Amino acid sequence: MEAIIIGIAKSAIRLATPYLYASIGETIGQLSGVLNLGVDGVMLMGAFSAFYTVLRTGNLWLGLLAAIVVGAIFGLLIAFINVTLKAEQGISGIGVYIFGLGLSSLLFSTMVGTVQTVSGFPPLSIPLLSNIPVVGEIFFQQNILVYGAFALVPISWFMLTKTPLGLSIRAVGQHPEAADSLGVNILRIRYFTVVLGGILSGIAGASLSIALLNVFQQNLTNGMGFIAVALVYFGAWRPKTVLIGALLFSTVNAIQIWIQVKGINIPSDFTLMLPYIVTIVVLAAMAKRRIHPPAALNKPFERGE
Amino acid sequence: MKCKKNITIIIMISILILSLGFGANAKTFRVAVIMPSAISDLAFSQSMYDSLLTIQKEMGKENFEFVYSENMFVVADAAAAIRDYASEGYDLVIAHGSQYGSSLVDIAPDFPNTSFTWGTSVNTFSDQGITNIFAYEARSEEGGYVCGVLAAKLSESNVYGVIGPIETGDAKLYVDGFKAGVLATKPDAQVNVNWTGSFSDVALASEAAQTHINVGADVLTGTAQMVVGAIGVARQRGVLWFGTQADQTSIAPEVVVANQVYDWTVVLRPMIQLIREGTMGGTTYALTLANEGLKIVVNQEALVGKTIQDIIEGKIDIEL
Repeated sequence: MEAIIIGIAKSAIRLATPYLYASIGETIGQLSGVLNLGVDGVMLMGAFSAFYTVLRTGNLWLGLLAAIVVGAIFGLLIAFINVTLKAEQGISGIGVYIFGLGLSSLLFSTMVGTVQTVSGFPPLSIPLLSNIPVVGEIFFQQNILVYGAFALVPISWFMLTKTPLGLSIRAVGQHPEAADSLGVNILRIRYFTVVLGGILSGIAGASLSIALLNVFQQNLTNGMGFIAVALVYFGAWRPKTVLIGALLFSTVNAIQIWIQVKGINIPSDFTLMLPYIVTIVVLAAMAKRRIHPPAALNKPFERGE
Repeated sequence: MKCKKNITIIIMISILILSLGFGANAKTFRVAVIMPSAISDLAFSQSMYDSLLTIQKEMGKENFEFVYSENMFVVADAAAAIRDYASEGYDLVIAHGSQYGSSLVDIAPDFPNTSFTWGTSVNTFSDQGITNIFAYEARSEEGGYVCGVLAAKLSESNVYGVIGPIETGDAKLYVDGFKAGVLATKPDAQVNVNWTGSFSDVALASEAAQTHINVGADVLTGTAQMVVGAIGVARQRGVLWFGTQADQTSIAPEVVVANQVYDWTVVLRPMIQLIREGTMGGTTYALTLANEGLKIVVNQEALVGKTIQDIIEGKIDIEL
């Protein structure tokens, strides 16, 4: 029984990792009023650039850096389209997604050609903590990008709720006019959050290609970026509840895999629906709490002179 | 005004002459193929791409041309591409996926001079009066059985993990065949099967591999292009892998023991022959071990390497 729980929990933590990076990045962007549906495209570009760099240089940190740089470039592009050009955010996000999907596939087929594996970040046991029975094995024998994803939750919470920067971000997303009149630079804040979101999406991709899966293939993310956006709504724009949502979704997925592997006689079509059913049920149950999105979400800022 | 008319006529005549000129080269057999994933997927799509390259080598580039559209997983996009290729006058349009059949029923009757083929399926739709569709399937349970027997000989834990996409077509045949092969060799074996519900979910396939190993599997196999993640896990955790559809040895030479490789040339050769003789469809073909459309490619490195390692570690008792 203990081995089963450890196995499922470890799976869940691995599965939750890319969602955490992408969802927290998206949360910060949305809190400042910018909806980015292009997360999956940026994840793919991050995944490819990290993979390609590691394949050529063998240096994992350089791979991670490549994903960060590419994520930042895509973040700048998204910010330019949505904040400066004031494009319709839902539509432009889909555009960015298709661009990232297409470009990463093209680069892969011309620069790599065939599926190859790399040696990704190895599991890193945290001294002392990893010796705790059960808990140590579940939480403290993972790879560095897994630790990073979970560390991001308190860091982003602190940044958003306890710092002047976080206050500015939320003010820009709730009452941009008021923030503007108090001298907050709306454009600068939104560029910052969207570029940060791009970087985190890039790392989310890298966590797949050089830490968890250690391969790249066309459309490696398989729509994870869209689930990540859904998790932001699920988590009501709070890092802590985003974490709960990501863990719920991935735990049910891990249980679903385990049920099938153990040959428990439930049709696979049904078990595969489980993570989605549970997510929808929880969302419906939470609807009563009436959590509203940031008031200025999806609204370009126009200064009323 | 008159001058313009003359120019138009001259252009039309020159187009006519040019097309006649190309008509003289009409012996070139032109094929278009629509594939659900990438030509480099080391699985279903690559097996067809490699087979078309082989045919092109045999017939010569001047006699055999082919073009392809890859990553056409969305059936509506694929249907549009099939129709485009047909209207461009290709001799044969290959819809390489069992999801494309209903599109062919719509499109094929509009292009009686083009042959269509699709798979894996056994349905040529001749019962609906359509005469220009061929079908092809892979009896992948045959190679699956062989891999199962080999796996049973190599496993020590006698627990086997299988990762499949959707419980249908050649994937289901392969999985059932593998299971049968293992159980025929070791009746008390435990074969755990996991379906991911997707052909492309690399993360889920990889996590399924982790779970299989956690419950004791020391030999894994799987089918569809998403298994690359699972092969990565097998390599990382040092368990054996059996591949199917294409030769997957290059991903992890140290653990890939054997692959069932699809060779579609045994389907394409007779099909091209029939089309050239004027038969546009109606026949179903199958890859089998007997016609060598299925081949078992054994990777000596993993197989021999493991046996040597087992002797060194004392796991094998050589009875003299």
